[in-house]
Amino acid sequence: MNLIGQALTVVRKDLLLEWRGKGRLISVLMFGVVTLLLFSFAVGPDSTLLRAAAGGFLVLALLLSSTLGLSESFRVEQEQRAIEGLLLLPVDPIALYYGKTLSNTLFLMLLAPVLTPVALILYSVQLDLKGLAVLLGLWTLAAAGLSAPGTLYAAMTSRLQSQDVLLPLLLFPLVIPVLMGAVKSITLILTGDPMSQVGSWAALLASFAIIYWSLCGLLFPHAIEEGI
Amino acid sequence: MTRQFKWDSGIGLLGLLLLFVGSYIGLFVAPSERYMGEVQRIMYVHVPCAWNAMLVYMLAFIFAIISLWTHRPKWDAATTAAAEVGIVLNSLLLVQGSIWARATWGVWWDWDVRLTTSLIMLLLFAGVLALRSFVHDASRRATWTAIATIVAFVDVPLVYFCVRWWRSLHQVQSTPDTVAPMMVVPLRINAFAILFIAIWMMTQRARLELDRRRQDQVSEPERLAPIGGSNNA
Repeated sequence: MNLIGQALTVVRKDLLLEWRGKGRLISVLMFGVVTLLLFSFAVGPDSTLLRAAAGGFLVLALLLSSTLGLSESFRVEQEQRAIEGLLLLPVDPIALYYGKTLSNTLFLMLLAPVLTPVALILYSVQLDLKGLAVLLGLWTLAAAGLSAPGTLYAAMTSRLQSQDVLLPLLLFPLVIPVLMGAVKSITLILTGDPMSQVGSWAALLASFAIIYWSLCGLLFPHAIEEGI
Repeated sequence: MTRQFKWDSGIGLLGLLLLFVGSYIGLFVAPSERYMGEVQRIMYVHVPCAWNAMLVYMLAFIFAIISLWTHRPKWDAATTAAAEVGIVLNSLLLVQGSIWARATWGVWWDWDVRLTTSLIMLLLFAGVLALRSFVHDASRRATWTAIATIVAFVDVPLVYFCVRWWRSLHQVQSTPDTVAPMMVVPLRINAFAILFIAIWMMTQRARLELDRRRQDQVSEPERLAPIGGSNNA
């Protein structure tokens, strides 16, 4: 089986696990919704303020939920030492990395259909279909950018005692470009973009994703060469 | 061993001496700045700290690549030493910048591009050291430190570029042509002074790391049951 076939098999395995368990997706979704609700309490019931901050809150909800989802993605592999079996299989570590990263990206994309409508309703923002499509595109780029370093670090921290602290500590400063790009562009979509700046921010998100998908793919085999 | 001790202590002493000379010229000989007044003199330590912090982080990145490539303990020690000294210089940079900002802009903090990038850089490398402190196996610790250092360093230009799209308040860097000659001299002397002190700190820290690693490698039975049962407590 070639590299792409192997990676897709890993994706299939992860999605199947997710489909049969469903626990991770539902709990992370609930977490995201609760976060969105809490943000509105922080600002107060001022609809103008809420509308202006809606993009930022939506992306923060994605970021906070992503650490839960990412850490869980390797925690399941640690159960009954499944990871050792996985590493013993004749699967290229690079394929394993890209499979895991792709399934994590898909997982984060699945948050969009729930979190976006909740944010639109809670923060009373209007959005037409075209805007919604662009928002989903930006969400996908942000999810890809978060997953690349996120999967690498989730693998590295999965067996450490303090994963819950370490993963955000490593990931949050690193993904600040993703956070800024996504917040700026999604806010522009929600509040209007008179200067057509969304394209530049989307390009920034795409470059981050490309750089880290390549770099982390190169580094992952080193990270797991002595087991995780 | 004795020769090595002389070598890097010499560099450290030279650094301290230069720092004294440079700061003396900066504080008492160089003219004061026309608009900012005396507070501008903080530049003589602020700018050298900034240059050296970037230089030391870049060294950490290069050492990390070599460490990942060769798996030699000395390169892992060098990576850690450089990352730690980088954090020290970076923290000094932020404190000095904050004092300067309070005096000239009237605020302790501003979301300026270089200020924000330095803070994010500090957090990025602090994360690397945090990860390192949680891994007990020496060889895995070396590999993961190298990986995290590479991942963190690659992010720095991205963060800088990203923050630059916000409005910038930081003054444009001066060049030797735009400032009085007596301002350039202490700046250059202090740049080398801090470089030498940084090299001295890095060699000390790297040596400490290698010693710790050697100590960890002493096998358990040997420590538990000393031959002759003499002086091992």
